[in-house]
Amino acid sequence: MTAITQPAWAPGLGARIRWGVGDTLTLTRRSLLVWLRVPAYLVFTVIQPVMFVLLFRYVFGGAIPVNVPGGYVNFLMPGIIAQTAAFATFGTAIVLAQELKKGVIDRLRSMPIARSAVLTGRLVADTLRMTITILIIVGVGYAVGFRFLNGVGPAIAMVVLAIVFGVAIACVAAWTGLAIGDEESVQAFGMIWLFPLTFVSSAFVPIASMPGWLQAFAKNQPVTYVIDTMRSLALGGPVEASLWKSLVWLAGIFIVFLPLAVRAYRRAS
Amino acid sequence: MSQFNGVGQPAILVEGLTKSFGEVRALRGIDLSVPRGTVLGVLGPNGAGKTTAVRILTTLLQPDDGRALVEGYDVVRQPAAVRRSIGLAGQSAAIQEELTGRENLEIIGRLYHLSRAETRRRAIELLEQFGLSDAADRTAKTYSGGMQRRLDLAASLVGRPRVLFLDEPTTGLDPRARLGMWEIIRSLVAGGTTLLLTTQYLDEADELADEIVVIDHGLVIAAGTSEELKNRVGGDVIEFTVPDRGRVADAVAAIKPTGEGEPHADPETGVVSVGVGARGSDALIDAVRALDAADVASRGLALRRPSLDDVFLALTGHAAEEDGQPNGRRRGPRGRRRAADQETTRTAS
Repeated sequence: MTAITQPAWAPGLGARIRWGVGDTLTLTRRSLLVWLRVPAYLVFTVIQPVMFVLLFRYVFGGAIPVNVPGGYVNFLMPGIIAQTAAFATFGTAIVLAQELKKGVIDRLRSMPIARSAVLTGRLVADTLRMTITILIIVGVGYAVGFRFLNGVGPAIAMVVLAIVFGVAIACVAAWTGLAIGDEESVQAFGMIWLFPLTFVSSAFVPIASMPGWLQAFAKNQPVTYVIDTMRSLALGGPVEASLWKSLVWLAGIFIVFLPLAVRAYRRAS
Repeated sequence: MSQFNGVGQPAILVEGLTKSFGEVRALRGIDLSVPRGTVLGVLGPNGAGKTTAVRILTTLLQPDDGRALVEGYDVVRQPAAVRRSIGLAGQSAAIQEELTGRENLEIIGRLYHLSRAETRRRAIELLEQFGLSDAADRTAKTYSGGMQRRLDLAASLVGRPRVLFLDEPTTGLDPRARLGMWEIIRSLVAGGTTLLLTTQYLDEADELADEIVVIDHGLVIAAGTSEELKNRVGGDVIEFTVPDRGRVADAVAAIKPTGEGEPHADPETGVVSVGVGARGSDALIDAVRALDAADVASRGLALRRPSLDDVFLALTGHAAEEDGQPNGRRRGPRGRRRAADQETTRTAS
């Protein structure tokens, strides 16, 4: 006996887009609500970068000679802000891994919601979270002596670049979270690639102070390009060369890792 | 063509479904048919393929071969239509612990595109139905295991599914919570929902299912009503432990005339069991006399309902998890871990 399938009712494109946006917003709201409910998340995402600011500003900073207007605090803050954006994605990876393990993603995938909504909802929520964190860190920077020296427009551009950079890293994190699917492994893996990438860059020290073999990596990796651009936007200086390289790198990261994350979500089990 | 969208068509129809994970053949060609408004119990040990089957039927996993229809929709070619027809509650509570019970349900309601008012009404209704009204505005983290599972089940019902899949709904629950869950499931079924339920417990399938299929190593090895299956086991079972392992063989010999089938003995644990049909307490008295006459000491002699292990013994000749690595048969580390979790919860309960 072969049963006959019945034709399925399919919503039109307009309805699909409306539902896609609605579903994304619902899931964004859910993620933000969870974030606000768990003090540990707040600590992890806000207190930690504040500690880094204080640590480098007052403990290590005095020993690091830099040649920028305003001294080390001005050198430091663009680097810290980029690192904050990158580290915020730990949350993206860990939460996705948790949801996968607990069956939340299974539940959502078995429901008639837009296929893209779980990932986009997560990324939108994490982008908002990241933006709030970055603005707090800028405020803390101002309190410890940091100043934008290049006008309001470039200052805003710097924050926007930091957020775009963070979202690119969040795509990588989303992929690792869904592909690895275990929160502790995901966290350990995040340390392995995010620590070298952010510390072996121009974030905290001038690259010229590193040994030659390390400089080769530090000079040519995306985090350095992004931070150099942010620094020039914040303090003034040549932007163009590092900006182009940053944008090419960021586009490359999106092109490679967004599809990987989507695929990992589709196959998540 | 007469079956087109017709009442005669089953709510779930599975033909020759196969799925492998690398070397492991999780499903080796299963057929199922579940008429509308009935309950199918899928019974089997860890790693039998139950979860794989549920995951394919709920569009979470692609089969390698074969066909599966839910409410007449093909799970591979019409997944969106299938998703509009089903509800799924898995082995763990897929709820957001940081949110309240009400918030959990309202988010699901919004994702089903119910209006705000309807969402609110539906959440209140389900919280009431599942005995969670008092806890509605507490975060789910504060709920007991049983309450979390009830909330999870409520979440699967927000969209008023016509077909509900429950993957081991009571695994890890204490006996009281388990009974509460059964009661809720029975009330759902009374409302006309078609239900496919997987379980490792024969009594659960017995309590809830109209039809039972037994799955082992990715194959359906038996199907029928619980009555039919239990007849194949030989009704009730007498079980006892022989403390002196050297005398297990004597105990088997002594008890054999009392039983209706071949007694089964585990030489390591000293546990002896034998089916006694419907003779119940008469058989119990006979067993006590027989063991006494043979001068074999026994502990914990009792009459009990047949278990999954008994069904397996009767159907396959081996115990449910005898092949040594029942938990390693799922793909990859995640599958193993999930199975291991289950194992702990089972031993804990």
